[in-house]
Amino acid sequence: MTDSDIVKVPLGPQHPALKEPGSFMLSLRGEQITEMGVRLGYNHRGMEKACEERSYLNDLYLLERICGICSHAHSSAYVTAVEEIADVQIPRRGAYLRTLVSELERIHSHLLWLGVAGHEIGFDTLLMYSWRDREIVMDLLADLTGNRVNYGYNTIGGVRRDITDEQKAAMLKGLDTLEERTKYYAQIATQEVTLAKRLSGVGKISKEDVIRLGVTGPTARASGVNRDIRKDDPYCIYDELDFDVITADSCDVFGRTVVRVGELMQTYRMIRQILANLPDGPIAAKAPRKVPKGQAVSRYEAPRGEGIHFVRGNGTDKPERVKVRAPTMVNIQAVSHMMKGGFLADMPITLAAIDPCFSCTDRMIELADESGSHLGVKSWADVRAHGIRHYQERGIDLSDVSKRFASKMERL
Amino acid sequence: MTDPKTGDLNSTPPLPPLTNETQLSDKLVEAFPFLADKITIQRIRRVWATVPMTELHAVLIHAKEQLGFDQLCTITGTDEGTELGLLYHLACDNGIVLTLVTTAPKDGPGPESVTPYFPLAELYEREVIDLLGARIGGLPEGNRYPLPDAWPEGQYPLRKDWKPAFATPAPGASSSKEKQG
Repeated sequence: MTDSDIVKVPLGPQHPALKEPGSFMLSLRGEQITEMGVRLGYNHRGMEKACEERSYLNDLYLLERICGICSHAHSSAYVTAVEEIADVQIPRRGAYLRTLVSELERIHSHLLWLGVAGHEIGFDTLLMYSWRDREIVMDLLADLTGNRVNYGYNTIGGVRRDITDEQKAAMLKGLDTLEERTKYYAQIATQEVTLAKRLSGVGKISKEDVIRLGVTGPTARASGVNRDIRKDDPYCIYDELDFDVITADSCDVFGRTVVRVGELMQTYRMIRQILANLPDGPIAAKAPRKVPKGQAVSRYEAPRGEGIHFVRGNGTDKPERVKVRAPTMVNIQAVSHMMKGGFLADMPITLAAIDPCFSCTDRMIELADESGSHLGVKSWADVRAHGIRHYQERGIDLSDVSKRFASKMERL
Repeated sequence: MTDPKTGDLNSTPPLPPLTNETQLSDKLVEAFPFLADKITIQRIRRVWATVPMTELHAVLIHAKEQLGFDQLCTITGTDEGTELGLLYHLACDNGIVLTLVTTAPKDGPGPESVTPYFPLAELYEREVIDLLGARIGGLPEGNRYPLPDAWPEGQYPLRKDWKPAFATPAPGASSSKEKQG
């Protein structure tokens, strides 16, 4: 074969596998990928510039919206850097609760990934199961923080809501179910032949290449690289928790699945320790509005890998510079390497296996009128009913579709 | 932070010794005597070193090859008024982040690319080129990042004198270009 046999196929920017834009130029020889170029930047929203024009507290909520899935990861990394510059000591109960939400977020993110991975390989039963189970942790997060995503839980100096005994009990009950389900997924991941055959040897990257390319998170750990910021550069209360860093040696998508399922089990272990040892006391310390001159680098083990925030203060209430590097930024560069020599059909799952971020929706349940007065709180059932009514009024009535479908089935 | 043993909310637990950090600082000064008063240990696992642009590569290679800093977390670009600041955040398996701080002229050539030692630095370098107008030498041909191809020349959004109103409106958007600076 000569170079003229190579076909170039553009994939994206409107999505090759995910719901976020990214452009991939594939060079194909037959079905095999000989080279892959990545073009990013379609989602650039100018947030770093926007941060310089807003107060530290405004930035907290802005940065939380970098990603709908690891929102707490970004707000925690940022707030940790700000607290370091302002020399604010976060109370221990606050640190415990911040870590609690971090780990709850990891559960929802990993279960979401498991579903996406199942979907990309045509195993939609896994998608339905894992996303159904994910609702348990989404409800726990909504109960504790007031929202399913973009929790608004952090504040400079601590967290904004305390946990009640009832919430603790509900959380432990939810964890029991999740743990049982995760054991089942671990069994599927390791014993289900179709899954193992579909994922083994796909998206290979060696340990040496992981280190050379700076790959991070579960993707790195699945290639036997024992790196986890929670262990290596502990923040919050991770140095007080007993947990293992899960690694695998298969260096492929199968390994990335095993690592994430294993990490879920460690997360349940950590949450039980947090709830058992939760100290008494305040949840937040008072933080100054103006932050002195100074700079700090903060690292955070997000569900996808290492996230980094750099913050520089200049003595005013607005930061001089905020710089963010999300884990996907490094991992996406490794996808080109993983794809070389691979098959076109493996591209969606290989890309999905690094778990690049995409947003999901958030919902408000507290109502206020324009003057800001409180109009009461709605239950989730009310919000759901409101959503259905909202779309019915605009001519989108899915209940009607199911009725029509049922009557059609009867006629057959 | 509270002392976990006494439960006293106001006490601060004793700080762990900064052995690794001090050793790192000593090793750096031993190899590069000009760093003698340029290294700051900010806290446990955070070390900062101010390096002249001409020595950046020497220190970076030494840190990578001899001191185990094989991860380049990111490069932060800053606007320092008359110059640009470039902060290379390096990490090591023992959790230490060593930030090499250097400055480059706004209108003159900046440091050479570090992609020969850290391949993933390409996007970090393209970012400081696009957003701050740094002139990184020796980068291979490639797509710009993160701004679109049609972005006007000489507009660097993260420079302090740049305002969002300077951006060219998207095609079809109502134009107010006359008002822009």
